[in-house]
Amino acid sequence: MTADGALLEVRNLVKYFHVGGGLFGGAPGVVRAVDGVSFVIRRGETLGLVGESGCGKTTTGRCILQLERPTSGEIVFDGQDLTKLDEGGLRRFRRRMQVIFQDPYSSLNPRMTIGQILTEPLAVHGLAPARGARAARVGELLRHVGLLPQHAHRYPHELSGGQRQRVGIARALAMEPDLIVCDEPVSALDVSIQAQIVNLLEDLQREFGLTYLFVAHDLSVVRHISDRVAVMYLGKIVEIADRQALYEDPLHPYTRALLSAVPIPDPEVEARREHVVLGGEVPSPLNPPAGCVFHPRCPIAVGRCRSEVPELREVKPGHWAACLLA
Amino acid sequence: MATLLDVRSLTTEFVTRGGVVRAVDGVSWDVAEGETVALVGESGCGKSVSALSVMRLVAAPAGRIVGGQVLFKGRDLLALSEEEMRRVRGREIAMVFQEPMTSLNPVLTIGRQVTEGLEIHLRMSREQARQRAVEVLATVGIPDPARRLSQYPHQFSGGMRQRMMIATALACNPALILADEPTTALDVTIQAQILELMRDLSRRFGVAMLIITHNLGVVARYADRVNVMYAGRIVERGSARDLYRCPRHPYTLGLLRSVPRLDEPRRARLEPIEGQPPDLTRLGDGCAFAPRCAFRVERCQVERPVLVPAGGEGHVSACWETARVSRTPALA
Repeated sequence: MTADGALLEVRNLVKYFHVGGGLFGGAPGVVRAVDGVSFVIRRGETLGLVGESGCGKTTTGRCILQLERPTSGEIVFDGQDLTKLDEGGLRRFRRRMQVIFQDPYSSLNPRMTIGQILTEPLAVHGLAPARGARAARVGELLRHVGLLPQHAHRYPHELSGGQRQRVGIARALAMEPDLIVCDEPVSALDVSIQAQIVNLLEDLQREFGLTYLFVAHDLSVVRHISDRVAVMYLGKIVEIADRQALYEDPLHPYTRALLSAVPIPDPEVEARREHVVLGGEVPSPLNPPAGCVFHPRCPIAVGRCRSEVPELREVKPGHWAACLLA
Repeated sequence: MATLLDVRSLTTEFVTRGGVVRAVDGVSWDVAEGETVALVGESGCGKSVSALSVMRLVAAPAGRIVGGQVLFKGRDLLALSEEEMRRVRGREIAMVFQEPMTSLNPVLTIGRQVTEGLEIHLRMSREQARQRAVEVLATVGIPDPARRLSQYPHQFSGGMRQRMMIATALACNPALILADEPTTALDVTIQAQILELMRDLSRRFGVAMLIITHNLGVVARYADRVNVMYAGRIVERGSARDLYRCPRHPYTLGLLRSVPRLDEPRRARLEPIEGQPPDLTRLGDGCAFAPRCAFRVERCQVERPVLVPAGGEGHVSACWETARVSRTPALA
């Protein structure tokens, strides 16, 4: 059972990590990295997932890919709950869900040529064309991402950061996936290269009908690329809505603070803008605050925010927020 | 305002396997007393090496300052003995680095790291230095500073570590702080806190700042003047206002047009700068930006443009086609 047009449905996803109590001591504890997250990604759309470091956005992506087994909850991909499958059963689905990592320097094997990097996953999944056709397939993949066939013979260190990220994208494309989890795909790149990669991702989505989960902390880039956006804080989704609704009418005070913190590249606009500077820091997910997890930093918190946990509710049609005051 | 730091024709080279690289190639810029100046550019453009050269911290033997002058209060720092230079570092010019975790000593307490400079530079006693450390930690917004002194860097969060770095930089009342990507490793809400803090401190104590960053938004909010670097050279300089309103160099223009802006309607498509950053071992005679430039003409391939006045007061650009560039709006 999945919602209408959904490729992926995440239901009540929970991922706890146990820490401490080992050889090096430290009090044993539980990090609530993802704490009851639910959302849907429709076929062909891009869902942006934003939040600050430690909010659980990357862990959510890794749970979807089954690189981490969730503590509880369901990950329904094309009608199948992946959490119920064993490794053998997952294999079929792994090909259809690919990932692009943040750091193009550490996610490519330095001892393999670009051609080898692109053909290895094909061989693993038994998709490799006959030896003669392999070069042609590699050449085609490289062309899709704006590189040249001769790049197949190069090693990662011979390429620039932007070119390496293109290889990472080609490697994901090689599997002809339905869903790509893009985990901060442009944040390690230079500003002048970021726009190239964003445009490339959009072109590929149109050409191949891809669905993206775009995990990032840069709210300007997320607005550009996403159809819908979810904001995470301390393991929970605090707001989720269509792009336009979220950016033009943010309902959660954390979303408002995040938007206000993004500097605008224009001194005259900056001089006029009002800045909501949040005090304090993100609390430890080892020991999250009671009530609303955002209340210690919230500029509008009232008494009951300290004890009552706000549910994510539909405040306006299609616009969900987890705030008692929204 | 009087000029505090005057960098003239600074040239710094590195010997690499690919050949000699001019990371900083005859660059001149200055900072007035109490002013906040930005050095903007992408990785490898020479912005960090510029700051390290000012501090004479370029790692030898691979790196070497081969020419130019660094006049600080009229004295050429490049002509000082190592002993004299040590009295400038941390005392008169302090530095804040990008990654507070790797630039702090993990086995020394916070207190020791803040007080070390005070005892050496200002010859304070342990107790005086401790009191001053408590004072500066409080100034940068670290709660309960007296107790925090005995803690270690790993017990601090990223934002707190960066506050502590700033406290250490401030401790000896320097005239100038060089901040190299001070907020790049931090989350946006913490970045906003740190930048507000730095601006507040620069106003309160009249300390001049050089902010090195790749983030055009950070520059817009905090800098009085901006230098844009590309391939080891400054390609444009101006007041923040002039430079953002009417960029005179195609690279600055390209950067401004390529970033999506939250205050503008969403565009159907971003407008990137095409091509790749240049290989510094293989720069030709022409303009280093020419291969990626939409305004390129034949002259750009053979003759390197120098900085010439363009537009407002103090606004300079190194481009043969600057008149055409200035007619293109900075907003895509």
